[in-house]
Amino acid sequence: MTSYSRAVLKISTGLRDEIVAHARRDHPDEACGVIAGPVGSDRPERFVPMLNAARSPTFYEFDSMEQLRVWREMDDCDEEPVVIYHSHTATEARPSRTDINLAGEPGAHYVLVSTRSPEETEFRSFRIVDGEVSEEPVEILG
Amino acid sequence: MAIEARIPTILRNYTDGAKSVEGSGQTLGELFVDLDRRHEGLRARLVGEDGSLQRFVNVYLNDEDVRFLGGAETPLSDGDVITILPAVAGG
Repeated sequence: MTSYSRAVLKISTGLRDEIVAHARRDHPDEACGVIAGPVGSDRPERFVPMLNAARSPTFYEFDSMEQLRVWREMDDCDEEPVVIYHSHTATEARPSRTDINLAGEPGAHYVLVSTRSPEETEFRSFRIVDGEVSEEPVEILG
Repeated sequence: MAIEARIPTILRNYTDGAKSVEGSGQTLGELFVDLDRRHEGLRARLVGEDGSLQRFVNVYLNDEDVRFLGGAETPLSDGDVITILPAVAGG
C-alpha cells in the first residue's frame, strides 16, 4: 500500500454483485467486508465478507478476532485489503463523518453501497486519507 | 526482554516505515512507553491520557485481543509478538 495515486476502482462484475448481494442480505443492518488482492497490484480479487460485530442499521465494526484471522491470511498470501466495503441502509452511499474519522487503511478503496431503495443499489468508491475524502470513478470489468 | 510489535501501515510514519519494531516492558502499557522513546507520538495513537487502550485500535498479544486479557495491564514475556491493527468501523 505505497501508492496513493489511484484515481479509479476497477472491479469485476462478479465481485460488485457479491458486495451488493451481501448488502441486500444484511439489510436493514449494515454489511461490511473486504476484497483482498496481491500487494501493490490494486486488483481486488478475493471476496471476504465480514461479520458486522455491531449488528446495527447505523454502525459497522469488524469483529476483532475475525479481522486478525483475515489480516493474517492476507499477509500469508502476500495480499492486502484493496477494497473495504460497507453499506448504508437509509442514507446515501458516501462516507459519513464517522467513516472518515475512523478510516485506517489509506491505501484502500472505500466502497459504499446504499440499500435505501429496494430497486436500485448505489455503488460508489472513495479514498480516505488523513481525513480527506475523494470520490473516484468505478470501472466495472466484464 | 525483547518483544516484537507489528505496526500497521497507518502508523508507520512513526517508525520510519518499519513494519515491525522491538521494545521491552513488563506490561503492554510499559511496552508502549518504551516504544514511544524511539517512535515519538506512537503511544498517543494507541492509548488515551489515562493509559487505557484507544477504542478503535485493536491490539493483539500473540493470537488474543488484549481487551479480553488485561488491556494495557496485560503482562508480557520475552518473545511475545504484539500486533496492532486499526479497527475497521464506521457509521
